[in-house]
Amino acid sequence: MLYTGTDWNFSILWKCYDEIERIAEEELGLETYPNRIEIITSEQMLDVYTSHGMPVSYPHWSAGKRFVTHENAYKRGLMGLAYEVVINSSPCISYLMEENSATMQALVIAHAAFGHNHFFRTNRLFREWTDPTQILDYLEFARGYVARCEERYGIRAVERILDAAHALQGQGVNRHTGAKRIDLRAEAQRARERREYEHSQYNDLWRTIPTGLGAKGDEAADGPSQLGLPEENILYFLEKHAPKLETWEREIIRIVRLTAQYFYPQPQVKVMNEGCATWVHDFIMRRLHEKGLIDDSAMLEAIHSTTNVIMQPGFEQGGGPNFNPYALGLAMMSDIVRICTTPTEEDRRWFRDIAGNGDPVGTLKYGWADYRDESFIQQFLSPKVIRDLRLFRLTDDQAQPYLLVDAIHNEEGYHEIRRSVAASYDPGMLAEEIEIVGADLQGDRILKLEHRTRPGQLLQPTDARLTLAHLKDLWGYGVEMREIDSQTGRELGGYTLQ
Amino acid sequence: MEIIDRRPNPHGKNTENRRRVLVRARNAVQTAVREAVSQGRIRDNAQSNTVDIPADVLHEPSFHRVFTQGVRQFVLPGNREFVPGDRLRRPPGGAGGEGGNGDGEASAEGGGEDSYRFVLSRDEFLDLFFDDLELPDLVKREIATTTSLATSRAGLSSDGSPSQLDLGRTMRHSVARRIGLKRPKPARLQEIEAEIAALEEKMPLEEADYERLQTLREEREMQSRRLIRIPWVDPVDLRYRRFTPVPKPTTQAVMFCIMDVSGSMTEKMKELGKQFFLLLHVFLERRYEKLDIVFIRHAETAEEVDEETFFTDPRTGGTVVSTALEVMLSAQKARYPVDRWNIYVAQASDGDNISSDKARVMELMTENILPIVQYFAYIEVVGSGAIIRNDSDLWRCYRELSEASPHLAIRQVRDRKEIFPVFRELFARRKTAK
Repeated sequence: MLYTGTDWNFSILWKCYDEIERIAEEELGLETYPNRIEIITSEQMLDVYTSHGMPVSYPHWSAGKRFVTHENAYKRGLMGLAYEVVINSSPCISYLMEENSATMQALVIAHAAFGHNHFFRTNRLFREWTDPTQILDYLEFARGYVARCEERYGIRAVERILDAAHALQGQGVNRHTGAKRIDLRAEAQRARERREYEHSQYNDLWRTIPTGLGAKGDEAADGPSQLGLPEENILYFLEKHAPKLETWEREIIRIVRLTAQYFYPQPQVKVMNEGCATWVHDFIMRRLHEKGLIDDSAMLEAIHSTTNVIMQPGFEQGGGPNFNPYALGLAMMSDIVRICTTPTEEDRRWFRDIAGNGDPVGTLKYGWADYRDESFIQQFLSPKVIRDLRLFRLTDDQAQPYLLVDAIHNEEGYHEIRRSVAASYDPGMLAEEIEIVGADLQGDRILKLEHRTRPGQLLQPTDARLTLAHLKDLWGYGVEMREIDSQTGRELGGYTLQ
Repeated sequence: MEIIDRRPNPHGKNTENRRRVLVRARNAVQTAVREAVSQGRIRDNAQSNTVDIPADVLHEPSFHRVFTQGVRQFVLPGNREFVPGDRLRRPPGGAGGEGGNGDGEASAEGGGEDSYRFVLSRDEFLDLFFDDLELPDLVKREIATTTSLATSRAGLSSDGSPSQLDLGRTMRHSVARRIGLKRPKPARLQEIEAEIAALEEKMPLEEADYERLQTLREEREMQSRRLIRIPWVDPVDLRYRRFTPVPKPTTQAVMFCIMDVSGSMTEKMKELGKQFFLLLHVFLERRYEKLDIVFIRHAETAEEVDEETFFTDPRTGGTVVSTALEVMLSAQKARYPVDRWNIYVAQASDGDNISSDKARVMELMTENILPIVQYFAYIEVVGSGAIIRNDSDLWRCYRELSEASPHLAIRQVRDRKEIFPVFRELFARRKTAK
């Protein structure tokens, strides 16, 4: 027995960790980054929320705003705090709340330090887009850099850049091109070298040399192809080509862009990530109980807690169309295990590859590694899960005065429903398709953008105007955005800021 | 794997970020703070000052689409009786337009909250509240200073308390001394030891080796003696940060608060007067450490009272304003000599005064008071029915005086709402002040 009762201490944590690690490694064969577990208070948990789990973050008022929002919600009892928060880094840091009971600590170690950790380590999206071994150092560098800039140029000047870059951070990722992973350690080094180079090149005499006509540059050099247009990564474009920015301002934009990229995969694998972690902790807690390492009351507490997080309210209670990722995730993971071990006739028809293959853990690990939510659902959402959750599809045609139920959990509806659920997790459908298409550097220097969309799905106008104002501020000249029907090429609307 | 207990870590990681929100939303917070004060008493809400900042001040925009027309589909859980082809009425509020109910992201302006609630500490609250206010002409009299002592860094000294030890300096001295006295490096000693050991190994020694061994042994002897004699850190290396008391000039000021509590003042008017002084009191207490406040109230006679009595004790009677001015003058003569103190007076009254007293007031004011005070603020509280009334005796009298002396400021207050604007007007920071 690892412990009895609800109190925990550090030696219990160690013992639990060792036993959990044994199950995770020997029975599940999970691959993880080295773990670091940090015990924090509820107040510190609010800080963790504020910085999206990151142990260091650069100072900005928006963090203060998030903090106050969380604090108020927590104090008024509208929000409970999570039992844990885990971040994708190496070492993988899991924050555990001190208020947790011994069982909850064991459960969250299994959930975060092994479930999430394995997912971070093996999932393709995380592997391609993020650099967990260096993110902590990079954030430390970013904080130091921002602080130094604040010292040299003033808080207002830095805030101006950060505000604008934050507004555009949704447009700070190269979705469609390669070259995703960035060596973050080299980043800090690069900034330092650039600064040193500037210092070494600085000579006050240059100032006195007349610029003459030479400043006009080569006409062709600034053509669209030279600027790499069209460009979907607006922050990248500004960093490289905005005419009026100082070097340090470009560096700050870069910091925002790289941070945005680090967080980019998270929402695309939410269901799988939570499903993986929940399934892992559920498995491990059961095994601990079977091995006689925890008593019945602890097991009941673990089951109770799992049941709470996987509660999926029906549509009448406000559930959906954004599903509880824990509920959908665990339902699918458990279902895959069932299909692999005890398939029905239906499963054999739907999942010829995996039905009855007798390797549930291997199948799960394959899914966790190679898919994201959209493709995972498209591949593995089974009729049984659709029936269990009693899913149905509504079509909302604004031209009609009613909503139409056009598919339910029956033989005709399974494929339709599966496709719709998958589509609702498709990042290509969720993200706005905005590109920079022109910037006449030799002429009026107006930055031209296009938003390719569908009729009736335009940008929220107030926000669009405010965001464009930020863009204009960084660019230094006017900006224009046209909203275009991606199918017909018809112009649907637009904004011009001179 | 490691387990780290972060609980003892310094708290308040987000204090700075929170402060920045306040700076950013300064105008909004200030409005909210003043609103809060005009609704309730400043004392009452001193403990929990909650203000709401409108969300748009802190809005973070981004590009995001909203669904307004066309066709969309979504999958919902928990079907009970629907079959394909069923038509449902649109839920109220969900029919098109801005947002639409189905998609959580589409809810109009992002954010989700109309305003952010801030709990301000008393200091933050008052700072925002009294921002831009100050006593006018505080330092006009340069002689009016006393000196208090403040400590200031003053180089280094060779003795002091251990907590003031300057480690960097100390070690620098230590290094210099060790180099100067040729303290052998422990590594060098080890080399010698090693060589000796090597020579002792191959025992049948040749002549040259034997001599070498002898010199090495002597050197070892000497080096190790040196090592012991010349310490790593010697008391002569120690350097301490030195602090020295520096006289710091401070201006002294005294504020006389004079309030009329006579029978002609209705309860409401007294309340207004008290509100004004309360504001003044909190303001002065907060802004000026070296400031004396003298409370004087009067009916037909005047007396100096303490703060508690001034604000809470009811009293009533006739009105003789000059008595209060006399009390003020005698207190000033006794305790606040003109050459050492900046003198301020704030007076609140309904303006009624016995007509026989007018000459005396005029005389006291012109002869004695106005020449010595930096600033004299008079507020006249007016009952609600007083709009049709003519100017009061005291008002006429002071208005006459104020034409000749710009440092006599007179204002009228009718309603609680007006107190704060008038207060600001009276104590607004002068842009032109030197």
